[in-house]
Amino acid sequence: MSEKPILSVRNLKTYFDVTKGLFSKKQIVKAVDDVSFDVMPNETFGLVGESGCGKTTLGRTIVKLYDPVEGSIEFMGKDIANLKGAELKAYRKDMQMIFQDPYASLNPRMTVGEIIKEPMIIHNIYNTDAEREERVVELLRIVGLKPDHIRRYPAEFSGGQRQRIGIARALAVNPKFIVCDEPISALDVSIQAQVINLLENIQKEMGLSYLFIAHDLSMVKHISDKIGVMYLGHMVEMGKSDDVYHRPLHPYTTALLSAIPIPDPDVAKAKSRILLEGEIPSPINPPTGCPFSTRCPKATERCRKEMPQPIEVGGRMVACHLYER
Amino acid sequence: MALLEVENLKTDFTTDQGMVHAVRDVTFSVEQGEALGIVGESGSGKSQTMYSIIGLLADNGIVNAKRITFDGKDIAPENFVNKKTYEDAMKDIRGNSMAMIFQDPMTFLNPIMKIGDQLTETIMNHNKVSEKDAHELALELMRKVGIPSPEKRINQYPFEFTGGMRQRIIIAIALANNPKLIIADEPTTALDVTIQAQVLELIDELKKNSGSAVIMITHDLGVVAKLCDRIAIMYGGKIVEIGTDKEIFYDPKHPYTKGLLNCIANPDEDDDKELEPIPGSPPDLLNPPKGCPFVDRCTEAMRVCKEYQPEVTKFTETHQCACWLCHEKAVTK
Ligand SMILES: Nc1ncnc2c1ncn2[C@@H]1O[C@H](COP(=O)(O)OP(=O)(O)OP(=O)(O)O)[C@@H](O)[C@H]1O
Ligand SMILES: Nc1ncnc2c1ncn2[C@@H]1O[C@H](COP(=O)(O)OP(=O)(O)OP(=O)(O)O)[C@@H](O)[C@H]1O
Ligand code: SF4
Ligand code: SF4
Ligand SMILES: [Mg+2]
Ligand SMILES: [Mg+2]
Repeated sequence: MSEKPILSVRNLKTYFDVTKGLFSKKQIVKAVDDVSFDVMPNETFGLVGESGCGKTTLGRTIVKLYDPVEGSIEFMGKDIANLKGAELKAYRKDMQMIFQDPYASLNPRMTVGEIIKEPMIIHNIYNTDAEREERVVELLRIVGLKPDHIRRYPAEFSGGQRQRIGIARALAVNPKFIVCDEPISALDVSIQAQVINLLENIQKEMGLSYLFIAHDLSMVKHISDKIGVMYLGHMVEMGKSDDVYHRPLHPYTTALLSAIPIPDPDVAKAKSRILLEGEIPSPINPPTGCPFSTRCPKATERCRKEMPQPIEVGGRMVACHLYER
Repeated sequence: MALLEVENLKTDFTTDQGMVHAVRDVTFSVEQGEALGIVGESGSGKSQTMYSIIGLLADNGIVNAKRITFDGKDIAPENFVNKKTYEDAMKDIRGNSMAMIFQDPMTFLNPIMKIGDQLTETIMNHNKVSEKDAHELALELMRKVGIPSPEKRINQYPFEFTGGMRQRIIIAIALANNPKLIIADEPTTALDVTIQAQVLELIDELKKNSGSAVIMITHDLGVVAKLCDRIAIMYGGKIVEIGTDKEIFYDPKHPYTKGLLNCIANPDEDDDKELEPIPGSPPDLLNPPKGCPFVDRCTEAMRVCKEYQPEVTKFTETHQCACWLCHEKAVTK
């Protein structure tokens, strides 16, 4: 493939200092630990993993809400760490984020029109208020809301409608990339499909790329071209969605897939599951060696000592000793 | 006689804005040892239906039912002499023959009591055993629900447990009671997928080994497919369709049930199948529609649907649906 990635993340590390008292031992959460991946133009990259594995931190580091301690993020060929002035502003316009909680992420004291207009004003996109207003009406139509919703307040809308307002706001500045952090998790099943279809249609029409974060593997598989699986801050497997879903390599991916309840009684009742022992270890004291070694049914002595490095297997990335030769 | 029988249950809440009609004439039953799933969107009345039955309704709630019986006993609130006798009777039932597993396990755990003490207390309430034996039994139960190093954990407090472990303690308490009915209200919604799988497996085992009946409230069709023998679909305060797992999944009759099945992604199926969302949003139960609750979102709505509540059509002994499309007049048209 000759096409260049729109987003290229290399060896990214984002750590948090969570030391409690003045005299206590320094405690660091390695929320994102040495993560690398590419997203191509017009592509959706799905990021899955259980609570606390670092998905939101990764997303927030990409939109520059957090600074990484190490590694690089290149967007359209430029390292975003060094962006300044006009270039930085352009990046903040091109890279948008949609948040998980449609209830908390909209300012309750602003009207829907003001909420959607705000980023246009910040980024100086239109000259007159009339132009902005016109664009807001168009955006409301795109996300399936009505023009007369413009003067209403978020409280008057349902969860799915609020998520649409968040999407309209993200689209207001014509971004090239949207980080969608669990945009459907808080919504009812019948409303989730509305938002997923909306995101897919907008992508087709406007040629956007998405980083789509979720813990629901079924929806991620549906919307994504590629999937990355995270565990305790690490990317443990990555590849085309069909490959990852139908032929998982990493033992954690296999367990995660087997845990999905399939909405089909014959299949669900016959399916025997790989039940993982125990829970996800604390990210403050992660296990030595492979992060999954405390729960992995295939762990060996070596796994507990040595961290597996990402390797390529059949066009896919996996970090597991089982696949090293 | 079924273990639980509910007939024409109605629950209203008085609020500043007016009366919220949360449960609107619900009828169903649960047999000994079976698992019934209750599925529906947020606000469709799933939780309030159960709270009305087990006597845990908020103070502004009013219950009306033609009949509620559990294990042969009449437990309809209006058939008790006063509120106090009702509450005492229900408290007794909830501690003995019913167990509850809710989304937030802290509803049922005492935050300032050691996990072990909470377990032994339950055990000693239900079995004539010494404290030492109860302690042993508690350890065994903790082991059974998969709590690692129970000898150490038994002396800890709930805050030292993760959400998944707390939920397992609730299940351990349920195990100690040997209840006839387990009511689980979104027990795994707050948990991660791999932990959810563990908890569901435990509930399934509990059902199979002790013969307890289960009512599983969830919005996750995958969960009911895995666990339930029968499924009730709720919408706008009503049960719009009820049937066996196979009837609901493979032969759905109600447009809402069909819609629900079309808008979930089944990862085992072909990828490019486009999801078919149900347009619109659920009705406001302050002013529910006069006719069918689904009328504003239904693509097949007819004139009659706006005016009259659909009658129930029975397809088999187990399968029934409240929709005018199934009515003989519409079918023969
Ligand atoms: N601002 C912060 N300060 C300290 N620790 C943090 C901060 N943000 C996140 N963490 C920690 O970093 C780890 C990764 O958190 P993150 O929110 O990225 O996970 P996630 O994968 O998005 O989880 P979820 O599915 O629950 O949203 C967690 O252990 C979390 O407690
Ligand atoms: N104490 C109350 N006062 C007024 N209205 C209430 C009260 N409790 C519940 N309701 C309303 O009753 C309706 C049914 O609520 P219920 O909790 O049964 O929904 P549910 O189906 O369990 O939804 P969810 O999936 O979100 O838990 C909702 O419209 C809710 O707002
Ligand atoms: S490296 Fe070892 S412990 Fe880690 S996933 Fe592979 S087999 Fe399991
Ligand atoms: S009764 Fe009418 S509106 Fe209601 S589901 Fe049936 S066809 Fe649709
Ligand atoms: Mg997150
Ligand atoms: Mg509920």
